[in-house]
Amino acid sequence: MYDMKALYQAKSVADAVALRLAHPQAQIIAGGSDVLVQMREGKRAGAELISIYGLDELRGVSMEADGTLRIGSLTSFSHITRDPLIQQYVNVLGEAVDQVGGPQIRNIGTIGGNTCNGVTSADSASTLFAYDAVVELTGPDGVRRLPIQEFYIKAGKVDIREGELQTAILISRESYENTFGHYIKYAMRNAMDIATLGTSVNVRLSADKRTVERARVAFGVAGPVPLRAETAERLAAGKTLSPDLADDFAAAVREDINPRDSWRAARDFRMHIAVESARRAFVEAVHLAGGEL
Amino acid sequence: MEKHIMQYQTVHFNLNGKDVERTVDVRASLTDMLRGDFRMTSVKKGCEVGECGACNVLIDGEAFNSCIYLAVWAEGKHIRTLEGLLGPNGELSDIQQAFVEEAAIQCGFCTPGFILTAVEILESGKEYSDAELRKLLSGHLCRCTGYENILRAVKKTMYRRLGKSF
Repeated sequence: MYDMKALYQAKSVADAVALRLAHPQAQIIAGGSDVLVQMREGKRAGAELISIYGLDELRGVSMEADGTLRIGSLTSFSHITRDPLIQQYVNVLGEAVDQVGGPQIRNIGTIGGNTCNGVTSADSASTLFAYDAVVELTGPDGVRRLPIQEFYIKAGKVDIREGELQTAILISRESYENTFGHYIKYAMRNAMDIATLGTSVNVRLSADKRTVERARVAFGVAGPVPLRAETAERLAAGKTLSPDLADDFAAAVREDINPRDSWRAARDFRMHIAVESARRAFVEAVHLAGGEL
Repeated sequence: MEKHIMQYQTVHFNLNGKDVERTVDVRASLTDMLRGDFRMTSVKKGCEVGECGACNVLIDGEAFNSCIYLAVWAEGKHIRTLEGLLGPNGELSDIQQAFVEEAAIQCGFCTPGFILTAVEILESGKEYSDAELRKLLSGHLCRCTGYENILRAVKKTMYRRLGKSF
Protein backbone atom coordinates (compact mmCIF):
# COMPACT_ATOMS: atom_id res chain seq x y z
CA MET A 1 0.00 0.00 0.00
CA TYR A 2 1.17 3.49 -0.81
CA ASP A 3 0.66 6.20 1.73
CA MET A 4 -1.57 8.38 -0.41
CA LYS A 5 -4.49 10.49 0.63
CA ALA A 6 -6.45 10.20 -2.57
CA LEU A 7 -6.10 9.12 -6.20
CA TYR A 8 -7.81 10.92 -9.06
CA GLN A 9 -7.66 9.15 -12.39
CA ALA A 10 -7.90 11.35 -15.46
CA LYS A 11 -10.07 10.01 -18.30
CA SER A 12 -8.92 12.53 -20.91
CA VAL A 13 -6.56 15.49 -21.19
CA ALA A 14 -9.51 17.85 -20.54
CA ASP A 15 -10.40 15.80 -17.48
CA ALA A 16 -6.79 16.00 -16.27
CA VAL A 17 -6.87 19.80 -16.61
CA ALA A 18 -10.14 19.90 -14.63
CA LEU A 19 -8.62 17.66 -11.93
CA ARG A 20 -5.54 19.89 -11.75
CA LEU A 21 -7.73 22.94 -11.17
CA ALA A 22 -9.92 21.13 -8.63
CA HIS A 23 -6.94 19.75 -6.70
CA PRO A 24 -4.06 22.22 -7.13
CA GLN A 25 -2.07 20.58 -4.33
CA ALA A 26 -2.14 17.14 -5.97
CA GLN A 27 0.90 15.60 -7.66
CA ILE A 28 0.67 14.37 -11.26
CA ILE A 29 1.74 10.76 -11.69
CA ALA A 30 2.66 9.43 -15.15
CA GLY A 31 4.57 6.10 -15.01
CA GLY A 32 5.29 6.51 -11.32
CA SER A 33 8.89 5.30 -11.32
CA ASP A 34 9.87 8.47 -9.48
CA VAL A 35 6.66 9.49 -7.70
CA LEU A 36 5.87 6.05 -6.26
CA VAL A 37 9.47 5.53 -5.17
CA GLN A 38 9.44 8.93 -3.44
CA MET A 39 6.21 7.90 -1.68
CA ARG A 40 7.89 4.74 -0.44
CA GLU A 41 10.70 6.88 0.91
CA GLY A 42 8.13 8.93 2.79
CA LYS A 43 8.88 12.11 0.82
CA ARG A 44 5.39 12.41 -0.57
CA ALA A 45 3.61 10.59 2.22
CA GLY A 46 -0.07 11.47 2.41
CA ALA A 47 -0.05 13.11 -1.04
CA GLU A 48 -2.99 13.32 -3.40
CA LEU A 49 -2.22 11.99 -6.86
CA ILE A 50 -3.67 12.73 -10.27
CA SER A 51 -2.93 9.72 -12.46
CA ILE A 52 -2.59 10.42 -16.17
CA TYR A 53 -1.13 6.97 -16.90
CA GLY A 54 -4.36 5.83 -18.58
CA LEU A 55 -4.31 8.56 -21.25
CA ASP A 56 -3.31 6.53 -24.32
CA GLU A 57 -3.82 9.64 -26.49
CA LEU A 58 -0.51 10.90 -25.02
CA ARG A 59 1.42 7.82 -26.22
CA GLY A 60 3.38 7.38 -29.42
CA VAL A 61 5.60 9.24 -31.86
CA SER A 62 4.19 10.89 -34.98
CA MET A 63 5.18 13.39 -37.63
CA GLU A 64 3.17 16.55 -38.16
CA ALA A 65 2.44 18.02 -41.61
CA ASP A 66 5.43 20.39 -41.43
CA GLY A 67 7.82 17.58 -40.52
CA THR A 68 7.85 18.25 -36.78
CA LEU A 69 8.40 15.11 -34.73
CA ARG A 70 5.80 14.83 -32.00
CA ILE A 71 6.54 12.60 -29.01
CA GLY A 72 3.55 12.07 -26.74
CA SER A 73 4.52 12.78 -23.15
CA LEU A 74 3.51 9.32 -21.93
CA THR A 75 5.59 7.46 -24.51
CA SER A 76 7.78 5.04 -22.59
CA PHE A 77 11.55 5.00 -23.01
CA SER A 78 11.49 1.53 -24.59
CA HIS A 79 8.85 2.60 -27.11
CA ILE A 80 10.90 5.67 -28.04
CA THR A 81 13.97 3.50 -28.63
CA ARG A 82 12.00 1.09 -30.83
CA ASP A 83 10.11 3.77 -32.76
CA PRO A 84 10.92 3.87 -36.52
CA LEU A 85 10.62 7.70 -36.75
CA ILE A 86 13.01 8.16 -33.84
CA GLN A 87 15.43 5.61 -35.32
CA GLN A 88 15.36 7.38 -38.66
CA TYR A 89 15.58 11.03 -37.57
CA VAL A 90 16.90 11.35 -34.00
CA ASN A 91 18.46 7.98 -33.27
CA VAL A 92 20.55 9.52 -30.50
CA LEU A 93 17.39 10.14 -28.47
CA GLY A 94 16.47 6.45 -28.62
CA GLU A 95 20.06 5.60 -27.70
CA ALA A 96 20.01 8.00 -24.72
CA VAL A 97 16.74 6.79 -23.20
CA ASP A 98 17.90 3.19 -23.66
CA GLN A 99 20.37 3.95 -20.86
CA VAL A 100 17.79 4.94 -18.25
CA GLY A 101 17.59 2.54 -15.27
CA GLY A 102 17.00 -1.03 -16.42
CA PRO A 103 14.60 -2.75 -18.84
CA GLN A 104 11.54 -2.69 -16.57
CA ILE A 105 12.10 0.99 -15.74
CA ARG A 106 12.33 1.76 -19.46
CA ASN A 107 8.94 0.08 -19.96
CA ILE A 108 7.19 2.22 -17.33
CA GLY A 109 9.20 5.46 -17.38
CA THR A 110 7.96 8.22 -19.68
CA ILE A 111 9.73 11.07 -21.45
CA GLY A 112 7.21 13.49 -19.95
CA GLY A 113 8.02 12.35 -16.44
CA ASN A 114 11.74 12.44 -17.16
CA THR A 115 11.56 16.12 -18.15
CA CYS A 116 8.86 17.28 -15.69
CA ASN A 117 11.03 16.12 -12.79
CA GLY A 118 13.38 18.94 -13.68
CA VAL A 119 16.47 16.95 -12.75
CA THR A 120 19.71 17.67 -14.55
CA SER A 121 20.66 13.99 -14.79
CA ALA A 122 17.64 12.95 -16.88
CA ASP A 123 19.04 10.87 -19.74
CA SER A 124 16.58 12.33 -22.27
CA ALA A 125 17.18 15.95 -21.36
CA SER A 126 20.62 16.66 -22.83
CA THR A 127 19.58 15.32 -26.24
CA LEU A 128 16.33 17.31 -26.11
CA PHE A 129 18.37 20.44 -25.32
CA ALA A 130 20.77 19.65 -28.14
CA TYR A 131 17.82 19.45 -30.55
CA ASP A 132 16.10 22.64 -29.30
CA ALA A 133 13.04 20.59 -28.36
CA VAL A 134 9.79 22.38 -27.65
CA VAL A 135 7.61 21.41 -24.71
CA GLU A 136 3.85 21.39 -25.22
CA LEU A 137 1.69 22.03 -22.19
CA THR A 138 -2.09 21.84 -22.15
CA GLY A 139 -4.02 23.86 -19.61
CA PRO A 140 -7.29 25.69 -19.01
CA ASP A 141 -6.44 28.29 -21.68
CA GLY A 142 -5.44 25.74 -24.28
CA VAL A 143 -2.02 24.77 -25.53
CA ARG A 144 1.21 26.57 -24.65
CA ARG A 145 4.52 25.78 -26.30
CA LEU A 146 7.91 26.83 -25.05
CA PRO A 147 11.56 25.95 -25.73
CA ILE A 148 12.88 23.29 -23.38
CA GLN A 149 15.58 25.72 -22.20
CA GLU A 150 12.82 27.93 -20.80
CA PHE A 151 10.84 24.98 -19.44
CA TYR A 152 13.61 24.23 -16.93
CA ILE A 153 13.59 27.00 -14.30
CA LYS A 154 15.99 25.58 -11.73
CA ALA A 155 16.96 22.22 -10.26
CA GLY A 156 13.74 20.27 -9.68
CA LYS A 157 11.54 23.11 -10.92
CA VAL A 158 9.94 23.37 -14.36
CA ASP A 159 7.45 25.82 -15.84
CA ILE A 160 4.16 23.96 -15.38
CA ARG A 161 1.44 26.40 -14.40
CA GLU A 162 -1.86 26.01 -12.63
CA GLY A 163 -4.12 23.49 -14.33
CA GLU A 164 -1.46 22.45 -16.86
CA LEU A 165 0.09 19.14 -17.79
CA GLN A 166 2.79 18.36 -20.31
CA THR A 167 1.23 16.69 -23.36
CA ALA A 168 4.06 16.40 -25.92
CA ILE A 169 7.66 17.12 -26.80
CA LEU A 170 8.29 18.46 -30.30
CA ILE A 171 11.42 18.54 -32.43
CA SER A 172 11.28 20.65 -35.60
CA ARG A 173 12.48 19.39 -38.96
CA GLU A 174 14.90 22.29 -39.21
CA SER A 175 16.52 21.04 -36.02
CA TYR A 176 16.84 17.31 -36.74
CA GLU A 177 17.13 17.23 -40.53
CA ASN A 178 20.34 15.66 -41.80
CA THR A 179 21.90 15.43 -38.33
CA PHE A 180 23.63 12.53 -36.63
CA GLY A 181 24.19 12.33 -32.93
CA HIS A 182 25.74 10.34 -30.14
CA TYR A 183 25.06 10.22 -26.40
CA ILE A 184 27.52 9.18 -23.72
CA LYS A 185 26.31 8.40 -20.23
CA TYR A 186 29.08 8.31 -17.67
CA ALA A 187 27.93 6.36 -14.61
CA MET A 188 29.40 3.97 -12.06
CA ARG A 189 27.34 1.00 -13.26
CA ASN A 190 26.06 -0.01 -16.67
CA ALA A 191 22.48 -0.37 -15.42
CA MET A 192 20.26 1.02 -12.68
CA ASP A 193 22.42 4.07 -12.17
CA ILE A 194 22.07 7.84 -12.43
CA ALA A 195 24.40 9.69 -14.80
CA THR A 196 27.49 11.25 -13.25
CA LEU A 197 27.54 13.18 -16.50
CA GLY A 198 25.48 12.93 -19.70
CA THR A 199 26.79 14.28 -23.01
CA SER A 200 24.80 14.57 -26.22
CA VAL A 201 26.39 15.78 -29.45
CA ASN A 202 24.89 16.07 -32.91
CA VAL A 203 26.39 17.35 -36.14
CA ARG A 204 25.27 18.33 -39.62
CA LEU A 205 27.97 18.10 -42.25
CA SER A 206 28.22 19.78 -45.65
CA ALA A 207 27.26 17.75 -48.74
CA ASP A 208 30.93 16.81 -49.37
CA LYS A 209 31.25 15.66 -45.72
CA ARG A 210 34.30 17.84 -45.16
CA THR A 211 32.85 20.74 -43.25
CA VAL A 212 30.79 21.04 -40.10
CA GLU A 213 27.68 23.05 -40.94
CA ARG A 214 26.31 22.86 -37.44
CA ALA A 215 27.42 21.14 -34.23
CA ARG A 216 25.52 21.01 -31.02
CA VAL A 217 26.46 19.74 -27.59
CA ALA A 218 24.42 19.58 -24.42
CA PHE A 219 25.14 18.17 -20.99
CA GLY A 220 23.26 16.77 -18.06
CA VAL A 221 24.81 17.18 -14.57
CA ALA A 222 27.17 19.92 -15.81
CA GLY A 223 25.01 22.49 -14.02
CA PRO A 224 21.82 22.64 -11.95
CA VAL A 225 19.75 22.07 -15.10
CA PRO A 226 20.73 20.56 -18.46
CA LEU A 227 22.65 23.05 -20.61
CA ARG A 228 24.18 23.71 -24.01
CA ALA A 229 27.86 24.51 -24.55
CA GLU A 230 27.46 27.23 -27.16
CA THR A 231 31.08 28.36 -27.23
CA ALA A 232 32.06 24.93 -28.54
CA GLU A 233 29.16 24.97 -31.00
CA ARG A 234 30.23 28.36 -32.42
CA LEU A 235 33.83 27.20 -32.62
CA ALA A 236 32.97 24.17 -34.76
CA ALA A 237 30.42 25.81 -37.06
CA GLY A 238 31.76 26.18 -40.59
CA LYS A 239 35.09 24.52 -39.82
CA THR A 240 36.79 21.89 -41.93
CA LEU A 241 36.95 18.46 -40.31
CA SER A 242 40.29 17.63 -38.72
CA PRO A 243 41.50 15.76 -35.63
CA ASP A 244 42.39 19.12 -34.05
CA LEU A 245 38.81 20.28 -34.51
CA ALA A 246 37.56 17.50 -32.23
CA ASP A 247 40.09 18.49 -29.54
CA ASP A 248 39.35 22.21 -29.84
CA PHE A 249 35.60 21.61 -29.79
CA ALA A 250 35.94 19.44 -26.69
CA ALA A 251 38.22 21.86 -24.85
CA ALA A 252 35.80 24.72 -25.51
CA VAL A 253 32.97 23.08 -23.55
CA ARG A 254 34.80 24.15 -20.39
CA GLU A 255 33.72 27.74 -21.09
CA ASP A 256 30.03 27.01 -20.62
CA ILE A 257 29.69 24.24 -18.07
CA ASN A 258 29.52 24.62 -14.34
CA PRO A 259 29.38 21.24 -12.61
CA ARG A 260 29.33 20.89 -8.84
CA ASP A 261 30.95 18.68 -6.27
CA SER A 262 28.60 15.95 -5.12
CA TRP A 263 28.96 12.57 -3.50
CA ARG A 264 28.84 11.05 -6.98
CA ALA A 265 31.82 12.97 -8.34
CA ALA A 266 33.97 16.04 -7.81
CA ARG A 267 33.62 19.15 -9.95
CA ASP A 268 37.11 18.71 -11.38
CA PHE A 269 36.38 15.15 -12.38
CA ARG A 270 33.15 16.20 -14.07
CA MET A 271 35.04 18.95 -15.95
CA HIS A 272 37.53 16.35 -17.10
CA ILE A 273 34.99 13.79 -18.30
CA ALA A 274 32.90 16.52 -19.94
CA VAL A 275 35.80 17.39 -22.23
CA GLU A 276 36.62 13.77 -22.99
CA SER A 277 32.96 12.80 -23.51
CA ALA A 278 32.42 15.78 -25.81
CA ARG A 279 35.42 14.75 -27.88
CA ARG A 280 34.34 11.11 -28.16
CA ALA A 281 30.70 11.97 -28.87
CA PHE A 282 31.78 14.51 -31.52
CA VAL A 283 34.05 11.97 -33.23
CA GLU A 284 31.30 9.36 -33.22
CA ALA A 285 28.67 11.81 -34.48
CA VAL A 286 30.98 12.87 -37.35
CA HIS A 287 31.55 9.21 -38.26
CA LEU A 288 27.82 8.51 -38.21
CA ALA A 289 27.34 11.50 -40.49
CA GLY A 290 29.81 9.99 -42.95
CA GLY A 291 32.70 12.34 -42.20
CA GLU A 292 36.33 11.54 -41.46
CA LEU A 293 38.53 13.19 -38.88
CA MET B 1 -1.40 14.16 9.19
CA GLU B 2 -4.76 14.12 7.46
CA LYS B 3 -6.46 10.76 7.20
CA HIS B 4 -6.67 9.37 3.71
CA ILE B 5 -9.99 9.11 1.94
CA MET B 6 -11.14 5.49 1.73
CA GLN B 7 -11.34 4.77 -1.96
CA TYR B 8 -12.03 1.46 -3.64
CA GLN B 9 -12.22 0.59 -7.29
CA THR B 10 -13.18 -2.52 -9.20
CA VAL B 11 -10.48 -3.60 -11.62
CA HIS B 12 -11.09 -6.00 -14.51
CA PHE B 13 -8.15 -7.69 -16.17
CA ASN B 14 -6.85 -10.96 -17.54
CA LEU B 15 -4.56 -12.91 -15.23
CA ASN B 16 -2.65 -15.82 -16.77
CA GLY B 17 -5.30 -16.30 -19.44
CA LYS B 18 -8.34 -15.95 -17.20
CA ASP B 19 -10.60 -12.88 -16.99
CA VAL B 20 -10.82 -11.72 -13.39
CA GLU B 21 -12.05 -8.77 -11.39
CA ARG B 22 -11.40 -7.48 -7.89
CA THR B 23 -12.38 -4.48 -5.87
CA VAL B 24 -9.17 -3.02 -4.51
CA ASP B 25 -8.00 -0.18 -2.34
CA VAL B 26 -6.63 2.45 -4.74
CA ARG B 27 -3.49 2.68 -2.58
CA ALA B 28 -2.53 -0.91 -3.46
CA SER B 29 0.42 -1.72 -5.70
CA LEU B 30 0.01 -4.41 -8.32
CA THR B 31 2.27 -6.60 -6.15
CA ASP B 32 -0.15 -6.14 -3.24
CA MET B 33 -3.12 -7.17 -5.37
CA LEU B 34 -1.47 -10.14 -7.08
CA ARG B 35 -0.14 -11.57 -3.81
CA GLY B 36 -2.96 -10.61 -1.47
CA ASP B 37 -6.03 -11.07 -3.64
CA PHE B 38 -4.87 -13.74 -6.08
CA ARG B 39 -2.22 -15.65 -4.07
CA MET B 40 0.31 -15.21 -6.88
CA THR B 41 3.16 -15.70 -4.45
CA SER B 42 5.77 -15.98 -7.21
CA VAL B 43 5.54 -12.17 -7.28
CA LYS B 44 8.09 -11.36 -4.58
CA LYS B 45 8.36 -8.28 -2.45
CA GLY B 46 12.03 -7.36 -2.60
CA CYS B 47 13.17 -3.75 -2.57
CA GLU B 48 9.70 -2.36 -3.38
CA VAL B 49 11.27 0.64 -5.12
CA GLY B 50 11.74 -0.80 -8.60
CA GLU B 51 15.41 -1.71 -8.34
CA CYS B 52 15.66 -5.46 -7.73
CA GLY B 53 13.17 -6.96 -10.21
CA ALA B 54 11.83 -9.63 -7.82
CA CYS B 55 8.23 -8.47 -8.37
CA ASN B 56 8.50 -8.45 -12.16
CA VAL B 57 5.40 -9.47 -14.15
CA LEU B 58 4.46 -9.26 -17.83
CA ILE B 59 1.82 -6.69 -18.71
CA ASP B 60 0.63 -6.90 -22.32
CA GLY B 61 3.87 -8.75 -23.07
CA GLU B 62 6.30 -6.26 -21.51
CA ALA B 63 8.17 -6.62 -18.20
CA PHE B 64 7.17 -4.30 -15.36
CA ASN B 65 8.14 -4.08 -11.72
CA SER B 66 4.72 -4.59 -10.12
CA CYS B 67 5.88 -2.90 -6.87
CA ILE B 68 5.84 0.51 -8.56
CA TYR B 69 2.66 -0.02 -10.57
CA LEU B 70 -0.72 0.91 -9.17
CA ALA B 71 -3.15 -2.02 -8.94
CA VAL B 72 -5.89 0.09 -10.56
CA TRP B 73 -3.70 0.55 -13.67
CA ALA B 74 -4.27 -3.17 -14.38
CA GLU B 75 -7.72 -2.34 -15.80
CA GLY B 76 -8.09 -4.02 -19.20
CA LYS B 77 -4.54 -5.43 -19.21
CA HIS B 78 -3.24 -8.96 -19.80
CA ILE B 79 -1.00 -9.86 -16.89
CA ARG B 80 1.19 -12.93 -16.63
CA THR B 81 3.03 -14.26 -13.60
CA LEU B 82 5.27 -17.29 -13.19
CA GLU B 83 2.22 -19.37 -12.22
CA GLY B 84 0.94 -18.89 -15.78
CA LEU B 85 3.94 -20.68 -17.28
CA LEU B 86 3.11 -24.07 -15.79
CA GLY B 87 1.49 -26.78 -17.91
CA PRO B 88 -1.94 -28.25 -17.01
CA ASN B 89 -0.38 -30.81 -14.67
CA GLY B 90 2.17 -28.46 -13.21
CA GLU B 91 4.85 -29.22 -15.82
CA LEU B 92 7.71 -26.78 -16.04
CA SER B 93 8.09 -24.65 -19.16
CA ASP B 94 11.31 -24.87 -21.18
CA ILE B 95 12.82 -21.76 -19.61
CA GLN B 96 12.08 -22.99 -16.08
CA GLN B 97 13.60 -26.37 -16.92
CA ALA B 98 16.69 -24.64 -18.29
CA PHE B 99 17.09 -22.71 -15.01
CA VAL B 100 17.05 -26.08 -13.18
CA GLU B 101 19.51 -27.71 -15.61
CA GLU B 102 21.96 -24.81 -15.50
CA ALA B 103 21.75 -24.40 -11.70
CA ALA B 104 20.60 -20.83 -12.31
CA ILE B 105 18.81 -20.88 -8.95
CA GLN B 106 20.11 -20.90 -5.42
CA CYS B 107 17.79 -19.23 -2.94
CA GLY B 108 15.19 -18.69 -5.67
CA PHE B 109 13.93 -15.28 -4.63
CA CYS B 110 14.95 -13.51 -7.84
CA THR B 111 14.02 -16.44 -10.09
CA PRO B 112 10.35 -15.69 -10.97
CA GLY B 113 11.27 -12.13 -11.95
CA PHE B 114 14.23 -13.24 -14.06
CA ILE B 115 12.16 -15.92 -15.78
CA LEU B 116 9.42 -13.49 -16.80
CA THR B 117 11.98 -11.10 -18.30
CA ALA B 118 13.43 -14.16 -20.06
CA VAL B 119 9.95 -14.91 -21.44
CA GLU B 120 9.75 -11.39 -22.91
CA ILE B 121 13.20 -11.87 -24.45
CA LEU B 122 12.33 -15.30 -25.85
CA GLU B 123 8.95 -14.26 -27.22
CA SER B 124 10.59 -11.56 -29.33
CA GLY B 125 11.87 -14.45 -31.44
CA LYS B 126 15.19 -12.66 -31.94
CA GLU B 127 18.72 -13.92 -31.51
CA TYR B 128 20.73 -11.77 -29.14
CA SER B 129 24.45 -11.57 -28.43
CA ASP B 130 25.73 -12.18 -24.90
CA ALA B 131 26.20 -8.43 -24.42
CA GLU B 132 22.62 -7.77 -25.49
CA LEU B 133 21.30 -10.50 -23.20
CA ARG B 134 23.23 -9.10 -20.25
CA LYS B 135 21.70 -5.69 -20.88
CA LEU B 136 18.20 -7.17 -21.26
CA LEU B 137 18.61 -9.03 -17.95
CA SER B 138 20.15 -6.09 -16.11
CA GLY B 139 16.95 -5.07 -14.32
CA HIS B 140 17.28 -7.95 -11.86
CA LEU B 141 19.50 -8.45 -8.86
CA CYS B 142 20.67 -11.92 -7.81
CA ARG B 143 22.85 -12.21 -4.71
CA CYS B 144 23.57 -15.95 -5.07
CA THR B 145 24.42 -17.15 -8.55
CA GLY B 146 26.79 -14.56 -9.96
CA TYR B 147 24.49 -14.34 -13.02
CA GLU B 148 26.54 -16.60 -15.32
CA ASN B 149 24.24 -19.60 -14.96
CA ILE B 150 21.19 -17.40 -15.44
CA LEU B 151 22.66 -16.01 -18.65
CA ARG B 152 23.42 -19.56 -19.81
CA ALA B 153 19.87 -20.77 -19.09
CA VAL B 154 18.33 -17.93 -21.09
CA LYS B 155 20.81 -18.36 -23.94
CA LYS B 156 20.26 -22.11 -24.09
CA THR B 157 16.49 -21.68 -24.29
CA MET B 158 16.86 -18.92 -26.89
CA TYR B 159 18.92 -21.21 -29.15
CA ARG B 160 16.58 -24.16 -28.58
CA ARG B 161 13.55 -22.12 -29.55
CA LEU B 162 15.38 -20.84 -32.64
CA GLY B 163 16.19 -24.45 -33.54
CA LYS B 164 19.93 -23.84 -33.25
CA SER B 165 22.56 -25.76 -31.34
CA PHE B 166 24.00 -24.30 -28.16
